[in-house]
Amino acid sequence: MSREKILNAIRQNQPEYQPLPEEVNFYFEDVDLIEKFKQVLEFIGGRLHAVSNYTEAKAYLESIMPPAGRWITAVPEFQDHATLIEPGDPHLLENVDVAIIKAHFGVAENGAVWVTEELMGARALPFITQHLVILLNKNNIVPLMQQAYRLIGNVEYGYAAFIAGPSKTADIEQSLVIGAHGPRSLTIILTD
Amino acid sequence: MSLTKDHAALAQVFNNDEERVDWHDETLWFVRAKRDRASHGIPDWELLRETASRIKHNVLSNMHNYLVQFEENALANGIKVHWAADAAEHNAIVLSILKEKGIERMVKSKSMLTEECHLNDFLQDNGVEVIDSDLGERIVQLAKEPPSHIVLPCIHKKKEEIGDIFHEHLGTAAGESDPQILTETARQHLREIFLTRRAALTGVNFAIAETGEFVVCTNEGNADMGAHLADVHIASMGFEKLIPQRKHLSVFLRLLTRSATGQPITTYSSHFKKPRPGQQMHIIIVDNGRSIQLSREDFRNSLKCIRCGACMNTCPVYRRSGGHSYHTAVAGPIGSILAPNLDMEKYADLPFASTLCGSCTNVCPVKIDIHDQLYKWRQVIVKNGYSTKTKTAMMKGMTLALSSPAIFNLSGKAGRLALKFIPFAVNNGLNPWYKQRDMPTPPEGSFTDWYKKNRKGGKP
Repeated sequence: MSREKILNAIRQNQPEYQPLPEEVNFYFEDVDLIEKFKQVLEFIGGRLHAVSNYTEAKAYLESIMPPAGRWITAVPEFQDHATLIEPGDPHLLENVDVAIIKAHFGVAENGAVWVTEELMGARALPFITQHLVILLNKNNIVPLMQQAYRLIGNVEYGYAAFIAGPSKTADIEQSLVIGAHGPRSLTIILTD
Repeated sequence: MSLTKDHAALAQVFNNDEERVDWHDETLWFVRAKRDRASHGIPDWELLRETASRIKHNVLSNMHNYLVQFEENALANGIKVHWAADAAEHNAIVLSILKEKGIERMVKSKSMLTEECHLNDFLQDNGVEVIDSDLGERIVQLAKEPPSHIVLPCIHKKKEEIGDIFHEHLGTAAGESDPQILTETARQHLREIFLTRRAALTGVNFAIAETGEFVVCTNEGNADMGAHLADVHIASMGFEKLIPQRKHLSVFLRLLTRSATGQPITTYSSHFKKPRPGQQMHIIIVDNGRSIQLSREDFRNSLKCIRCGACMNTCPVYRRSGGHSYHTAVAGPIGSILAPNLDMEKYADLPFASTLCGSCTNVCPVKIDIHDQLYKWRQVIVKNGYSTKTKTAMMKGMTLALSSPAIFNLSGKAGRLALKFIPFAVNNGLNPWYKQRDMPTPPEGSFTDWYKKNRKGGKP
């Protein structure tokens, strides 16, 4: 079998054992993490809006999102504005206009948020929707990916993703176009 | 030499259109400049590179155990694991997975490995339709060309040419070349593909031994659109994609996109650990010459590569000769040290397609000694008799001239006289260095003559 063949060749050919480097703490600037996160998020095409409660968040979303469209959420508190997602065939999400989900935390250095499968409702939802809204607690922003993976640790999930901004491409002559295959916009709602 | 054109000949074709060469050069330098800005924003960038390089060194030295560990954890996660010794076996595995499910149409996201294996051609010959979903890859697929760059597949194409392709295949208006409109057209076209394909193939950026999960990075979201809507997800990876632990992603994800395009991170860094209920997830671990490269002490570091493309964007030869001149799936400096391992004769020209300026080595996020390896490959290739006859004759002549002061002096004189009175002896098609260059005015005498005349009793 190829498995044995490959593994034997590797065992024979790999160099002498080299230990992993010792873990170091990477440098990060002592800046306001929310401000840094916002700045990077805007640089990568996302937008951030801070609210003090969900009522404010809903009013803001009504003002910027297509009203007549299909709104889906994985956040029970948003049930009065969007349909709570149910397990089922992801193809049925084909015509979702607005999806509202929560993130675990954000990363200041790159504007990304960490979302695991159970917060998405369905793996396809954050990608297939035309517009994506992610709720992020303002106290849950870490400086670097180093702190991010310390938070993630060995937590169990089936699928998870860092999401940083709306989908985009620059494949045609390096011209940036927002809205490649995934969402045309990403809005982070910063909550208290 | 093989019958296909070598890098110099293909670069000459690319250089016929000087304006395009300048445009190509400037576009890639623009990407390189973005990389500089992003890396300069990280004060301990060098520590980050060093850490990444050492993690990869550990991986190379413990590859066997990490692979066994990864397989065990992936199986426990419910992922099916396959092993492919070469391209043919990889392709056969993909076909068998599709056949078992009766699937004849597949959507694919970016995977340079499947380019290396020529998977698309193989599947099409076996009655399976493959559609590439990365915008750049879809464009070159419609143009019936291979990608010319591992991160920017259609960087060699102008928007007007893309407009013509879309007009022919996707029904956009004739003459339409607005990137916004063309991208929107591709979005609509590929959305229909994502929604109707039951199988999706993705590449793998990182596979984690400790957890049995794998990470795929895209900006467009195409890997996720394909995988989350398909019944079958196949992920193809070269075995060198392994990293030991999940936390090591915090090093590599910081380096990858900053080096590639100057972004702080890709839009999506997707961690696939288990299939979703009802879905089948497969991983194909591919060798295809990698275990041989692992045995080559001088060249094994090339397996640290994370495919960011920084070495291409910075390379003065790549920027002015175009990716297709390298006639291999992975072009540029890194491709030129990977390809000779697969076929030393076919790719004997590639290590010579470099000025050895070392810029590739300086930008490499995992500190591969790329230009040193290019230099070493040249020696291996000449020693094995794969260099061209003219190059070998030239080298022998140089050895003779440089080893005897009398011949050296004589040949210097002859060279100056030749440039002065018979410039066509140098400025001809047999001398590749003369292409796109003017020869300098020859000096009046040699340095030795000048020194003797000007020394005026000073110490030699």
